Amino acid sequence: MRASGLTKQVSTGSHSLTILEDVSLSIEPGEAVAILGASGSGKTTLLALLAGLDVPSSGKVFIDGQELFALDEDGRARLRRNRVGFVFQTFQLLPALTALENVMLPLELAGHDRARERAERILRRVGLGERLDHYPRQLSGGEEQRVAVARAFASEPQLVFADEPTGNLDAATGAEIIALMFELNREKRTTLLLVTHDESLASLCPRRLRLSAGRMQVDAAA
Amino acid sequence: MQRPERLTPLGVVRLSWRMLLRDWRAGELRVLAAALVIAVASLTTVAFFADRVGRTIEREANQLLGADLVVVSREPIGAELEVEAQRLGLATTTAVRFPSMVQFADESLLTEVKAVEAGYPLRGKLLIRLQIDAPDFEPGAIPQAGAVWVDDRLLRRLGLNIGDRIRLGTQSFAVAAMVSEEPESSAGFLNLGPRLMMNRADLESTGLIGYGSRVNYRLFVAGDEQPLAAFRNTAESRIVPGQRLESIRDARPEINSAMDRAERFLRLSALLTVILAGVAVALAARRHLQRHLDACAVMRCLGATQELILGLHALQFAIAGLIASAIGCAAGFVCQYALAAVLAPVVGVELPPPGWLPVAQGFTAGFVLLLGFALPPLIALRRVPTLRVLRRDIGTPDTVGWSAYLLGSVAMAGLILWQAQETRLGLYMLGGVLGTMAVSALVTVTAIWLLAKVVSRAGFSWRFGLANLRRRTMGSVIQVIALGLGLMALILLTLVRGDLLASWQGSLPPDAPNRFLVNIESDQTDAVGEFFQARGLAAPRLYPMVRGRLVEINGREVSSRDYVDDRARRLIDREFNLSWAADMQPDNVIVSGRWFGSEDAGRNAVSVEEGIAQTLGMKLGDRLTYDVAGVRLETEITSLRRVEWDSFRVNFFVVAPPGVLDDYPASYVTSFHLPAERSVLMDEIVRSFPNLLVIDVAAILAQVQRMMDQVVRAVEFVFLFSLAAGLLVLFAAVSATHDERVFDAAVMRTLGAAASQLRAVQIAEFLFIGALAGLLAALGATGIGWVLAHKVLTVPYAINPAVWLVGLAVGAAGVTIAGLLGTAKVLKTPPMQVFRTAG
Repeated sequence: MRASGLTKQVSTGSHSLTILEDVSLSIEPGEAVAILGASGSGKTTLLALLAGLDVPSSGKVFIDGQELFALDEDGRARLRRNRVGFVFQTFQLLPALTALENVMLPLELAGHDRARERAERILRRVGLGERLDHYPRQLSGGEEQRVAVARAFASEPQLVFADEPTGNLDAATGAEIIALMFELNREKRTTLLLVTHDESLASLCPRRLRLSAGRMQVDAAA
Repeated sequence: MQRPERLTPLGVVRLSWRMLLRDWRAGELRVLAAALVIAVASLTTVAFFADRVGRTIEREANQLLGADLVVVSREPIGAELEVEAQRLGLATTTAVRFPSMVQFADESLLTEVKAVEAGYPLRGKLLIRLQIDAPDFEPGAIPQAGAVWVDDRLLRRLGLNIGDRIRLGTQSFAVAAMVSEEPESSAGFLNLGPRLMMNRADLESTGLIGYGSRVNYRLFVAGDEQPLAAFRNTAESRIVPGQRLESIRDARPEINSAMDRAERFLRLSALLTVILAGVAVALAARRHLQRHLDACAVMRCLGATQELILGLHALQFAIAGLIASAIGCAAGFVCQYALAAVLAPVVGVELPPPGWLPVAQGFTAGFVLLLGFALPPLIALRRVPTLRVLRRDIGTPDTVGWSAYLLGSVAMAGLILWQAQETRLGLYMLGGVLGTMAVSALVTVTAIWLLAKVVSRAGFSWRFGLANLRRRTMGSVIQVIALGLGLMALILLTLVRGDLLASWQGSLPPDAPNRFLVNIESDQTDAVGEFFQARGLAAPRLYPMVRGRLVEINGREVSSRDYVDDRARRLIDREFNLSWAADMQPDNVIVSGRWFGSEDAGRNAVSVEEGIAQTLGMKLGDRLTYDVAGVRLETEITSLRRVEWDSFRVNFFVVAPPGVLDDYPASYVTSFHLPAERSVLMDEIVRSFPNLLVIDVAAILAQVQRMMDQVVRAVEFVFLFSLAAGLLVLFAAVSATHDERVFDAAVMRTLGAAASQLRAVQIAEFLFIGALAGLLAALGATGIGWVLAHKVLTVPYAINPAVWLVGLAVGAAGVTIAGLLGTAKVLKTPPMQVFRTAG
């Protein structure tokens, strides 16, 4: 995955605010990368752009050699379907679906056969074998996030994006989730892109990128 | 920093105003405001218009009477009443009517003479012509002293020409004009023969009015409603025996009946608007609540008390309600002017100016709707757990449940009953709506449950779509109910309304009877039939009639003194026309008991018209004793009938089975349609059978038919507003779950769903909801249509199969298309932007 010259500006009334300025980066398959930065540094925006969830003011993103913003919204969705998984700070599970159905969803969207089987397997893997038929609101925050992790890894994507995955969880639960994600990252040989403001969490990743006021800084520890 | 608890009342108002502006800017309040504006606008338009049209229709009908109100007396009417009327600013004039012989050459003819004063008629048109073949015109005056105006019957029967002199009493008069059209020509069954109009100043010189002559003194009064009502009150308290008050409703049962139905149609349209408006406001308020849960939780965190939150939002709604109601009233006011302009050529007379009552009604309705449906969610809002700041999915509004809408339902029920102004009509409507809602809820829950089982192995989009519906059962039920009610209104407004109006108009076809023939003797029945057949007309069916006086009810002697009601007294004082028949008239409906079977022949049983039974306090099983030609005849009431008096068919208050009255002296009566170009036939029949009386009801018939046309047009216009309200409900219902759908779609987008997959899921959901709502709407519309036809409007109603097809098709297709359009933008929006705004 490669990004070059990513810039995002939003206009609020008469002002134009630059959230992200000329960010370029390159990530190799199988890498685990942390994007660190204070609140408001533009890290979530960067993640959204890298995943094609939002469009930049200028700049390009290539996934697997495919230029993301040359595609339309639908094209980007198809690209994500086969190659990208997500874990959000706010979980973003569909309230109408059970844990199992939430995990099945990306598999079904991609047209996998035996979606149920695979979803069940990965839910057991994240320790929720007993809660398959529970709805999100019947689960605790940590359990919800585990469902979200299971959903992200279910279709065995090449890339998993995680946006402050522990932000809504207590320290112990957060640590569990992170451990789980790294385990799965190794198991499935997935590229992991982790966005966080937490230095200790970031330190678990071999490579760290630092954002400050919308600009990329080279991390000495990298 | 100021603490929220320390907010002054003024501060609270200021804060709510700012919140209102913010919400408005954010587009939060638009649906709610639109719902209120349309609700109030349609309500006030209906109120304004129904009020004005109702009064116009009544006034139009009053043309038949020549005035708005007539005091009728056997003795000269004292000057006090006239002075009182003039003091109230009402126009007055008087007339004297009596039968007298008019002589010309060697012939004389019994004629209905009317001596009028300047100003006659106060209402309606008087048209005369100065030559037989000259055009009609309005003279704007009455016959000059020494001159009389006569009608064509008198001209024809006496072989008169305009300009000839006739003799009336001791005086000779010049025939100055022919009267082509005059009020009163058919108000009352007494206008039997030809008619003559003269100047009242000439009356005394004729010497015709003496002791014992059969004279009818009339004081005509017309003017604005309020003084008229005041005059009616005064007159009612002052009239003496031998006097009575007559308005068009007392004079003509046909007009009365038609007018009642006209009012019901208009009220029904108002009711429908009320219901739709309530649903739209409820949906909008619910959505508003859902969108404000987070804000409230945050405000609680910031230290706002429950009371403050409630107060702020209540005030915000109150201000919004006030503004929306004012806009709605203004819109209603403008719309009814447009409506009046559209209808002016039809109505023919100037509409009275709109009153202020509808404005009050509009504001009241607006606030009842707003408070009834917005307050319950508000109270729920107050209880939002602060914890919601941390966990979005706790404290969702659905936990408010049905109980919160109890207030709304009560408010709605009150509004319906108030607008119906008639308990029965209101209850039917209320029952229909509540029934439809209950059935809808039940069917939706069952269908979702059943389908979830059936399709658990079905395709992805169906399964996912139905899972959404199941998870949101409460929301789905509300959506199906709202869509069902909206669609039901649309079906009622289009198909059922058309059927009902057509059925009503069909009850009075162009060839409805326009002549009554009475006093046919039993030995003339065959000859009369032959008379018609010889002239190429179908022989009309003749109905026998025996005169009898009601002397006892359940063995107790009856006297007019037992009754307070004027009509009841007159009924007792005069003789009843008793008839007999084996078959009931097709337009009659038995309301209790049963019609005679063959075993009842010869049994002393009677079927009584329900209205007269009510007036005279009779009920099923009562024994009535009649004095028929000096013989006492005791009978038992075995059924009560409802009679369509505006059908212009021959109908009787009291009917016996065959074999009871056959041996008493009877005369026969009939009604039939006589084409206008053959009206000369009536002169022939009177010449062939001099004892026959011909009653011409063509003018009344035309009047009733004209009224029907006006009403149909008015109802159609008024229904346009209900239509707008119905569409708003549909819009509000589709957008009720819009936010959730947008969120779901964004998540699915993130997971890589293609547009086609998203659409398939949405189509599955919308198709299911739409088809279900459409079917339930058809069910409700059919039910309400049937009840309205049978119980309220008493017109026949056949179930229209198109209703079901249209319900299903429009429901499924309409909801799907509207839903897809509503979420179309999501497919083009990057998901992150959705998450950002949805939080």
